[in-house]
Amino acid sequence: MKILVAVKRVVDYNVKVRINADASDVATDGVKMGINPFDENAIEAALQLKEQGKASEIIAVSLGTNANQDVLRHALAMGADRAILVETDSKLQPLAVAKLLQAIVAQEQPSLILLGKQAIDDDAGQTGQMLAALLDYPQATFASHLQLENNELLVTREVDGGTETLALNLPAVVTADLRLNDPRFVKLPNLMMARKKQITTLNAAELVVDTASRLTLIKVAEPEARKAGMMVTSVEQLLRQLRDHEGINL
Amino acid sequence: MNVLVLAEHDGQHLNPITLHAITAAQFWQSPVHVLVAGNALDSLVDSLSDIIGVAKVIKAEASHLATPLAEDIANLIVSISTDYQVILAAHSSFSRNALPRVAALLDVAMISDALEIKADQTYVRSIYAGNILTHIQSQDTQQILTVHSSHYIAASTHGGKAQISSATVPAAFHKTRWISTKHAQSDRPALNSAKVVVSGGRSLGSAENFEQILSPLASKLNAAIGATRAAVDAGYAPNDFQVGQTGIVVAPELYIAVGISGAVQHTYGMKDSRIVVAINQDPDAPIFQVADYGLVADLFTAIPAITAAIQ
Ligand SMILES: Cc1cc2nc3c(=O)[nH]c(=O)nc-3n(C[C@H](O)[C@H](O)[C@H](O)COP(=O)(O)OP(=O)(O)OC[C@H]3O[C@@H](n4cnc5c(N)ncnc54)[C@H](O)[C@@H]3O)c2cc1C
Repeated sequence: MKILVAVKRVVDYNVKVRINADASDVATDGVKMGINPFDENAIEAALQLKEQGKASEIIAVSLGTNANQDVLRHALAMGADRAILVETDSKLQPLAVAKLLQAIVAQEQPSLILLGKQAIDDDAGQTGQMLAALLDYPQATFASHLQLENNELLVTREVDGGTETLALNLPAVVTADLRLNDPRFVKLPNLMMARKKQITTLNAAELVVDTASRLTLIKVAEPEARKAGMMVTSVEQLLRQLRDHEGINL
Repeated sequence: MNVLVLAEHDGQHLNPITLHAITAAQFWQSPVHVLVAGNALDSLVDSLSDIIGVAKVIKAEASHLATPLAEDIANLIVSISTDYQVILAAHSSFSRNALPRVAALLDVAMISDALEIKADQTYVRSIYAGNILTHIQSQDTQQILTVHSSHYIAASTHGGKAQISSATVPAAFHKTRWISTKHAQSDRPALNSAKVVVSGGRSLGSAENFEQILSPLASKLNAAIGATRAAVDAGYAPNDFQVGQTGIVVAPELYIAVGISGAVQHTYGMKDSRIVVAINQDPDAPIFQVADYGLVADLFTAIPAITAAIQ
């Protein structure tokens, strides 16, 4: 069984992003980049299935510029067998990403496609569902547990107020929540070894997919800060403020 | 053209977030239809038809919709989609699961968690854990979105007189099988609609402390309990307590952050609260920057003292 894992290159989660001078976009020049954290959970899930003898090959795929080689190397160092870089200079939106991944799925015919449940840059959380729709595949989003038995995938998903368990026929699309697993650390020797693994580069144009953007970015802004609060020095003062100034019945 | 709102419910009760979505739907000044999918929906349909601002309730009943799959909800919406210029729902795990699927089937981009709806198909939404707001304009003729419910008031639940109609439900999607749903049992109000939320962080130190320190306060305030990801990961609190970018977003009247540092991934989930109280022993903790009232104190003495001092 082949597993395809999609990985996105995003601004590192520790970076406090800013807007650029003319407020036309987020300033990403010179900012530390890395793999989207949820995608690491997706890779880890694939590796665990392989270690259980349930998967034979793990292919990591990323869409973007040549710079995306670094997140693919990371996936390879974690243990993916090979990688595909779909090269494009355009800023892809989720629907375009889903269409490009659909083309890769047609080429590779994986039984399972794993993605992160959302990317921490645009926080859209759409790509997995869109890909499943285009392929007419079953989907399980926000997965916190996976188990493959008799060609059926049992997935526990995190939903508001609880969890839900689904059984999916393969091929299927699953998006990973952070709780799915603890991604393994990449050690230096793994990184060295990953250099020998293959990254195939395709040009997005070769895949003949409509990647035109449907959402035009008009401007970006920093949100209004909350109005400055006050520090209180005791529990009594805190409760007095809440009762007398905020009308809270305590 | 019309606007379609996807209702969220548990079979008996409408999830109040749908009332906020109905208010957001009034923006287009077109008839608002509410789609309710499930099984045995008569009483729900009655209460939906009483909501002000709803022109029509579309009932989609089938046994397999009792535990609806994203696949089935998406196929159902697509089957009636030609009547709608706009398809929306309140942002939740239910709508986040189903609506992107609808969008792809209709070849339309989706806007997730819109904070504001503006003229000319323009929306404001946040990115980077709420650090940046983007204004985006959709080029599609059909609009598919989820809305940030706390930014819209709830529609009134009495005095409306919507028509009621039934939709033909497409055949069930056979490649996915629902097995079970576990709802966290709790006597407390639901986290995403509670008026007061008491949240704890990693500093509570253990599941026992988390319970013993926070529960009495939450009980006195009739509050829901929330947690940071660090507290959840450490096993102090269940997953569905997590407040933040990758958990639940809350906007109560009062949010009490107990021993929480205030990482952006957490504050994203609570900074729309009306009043934020933070208790942290570190005077430089970033949580104080989003707090209306900050108290530098050891939570293990401060929280019992607060609990004791309130009625
Ligand atoms: C992709 C991604 C997504 C994430 N999503 C979320 C999310 O949805 N929600 C979320 O919460 N986090 C999320 N995080 C994690 C987030 O970055 C922080 O790590 C987390 O919020 C920190 O939790 P904390 O405040 O409990 O712990 P810490 O940051 O360790 O803070 C503990 C605080 O407790 C204080 N303290 C310690 N002892 C006491 C005491 N006795 N009395 C009073 N105060 C005390 C300390 O001063 C400190 O400020 C995410 C991270 C990533 C990478």
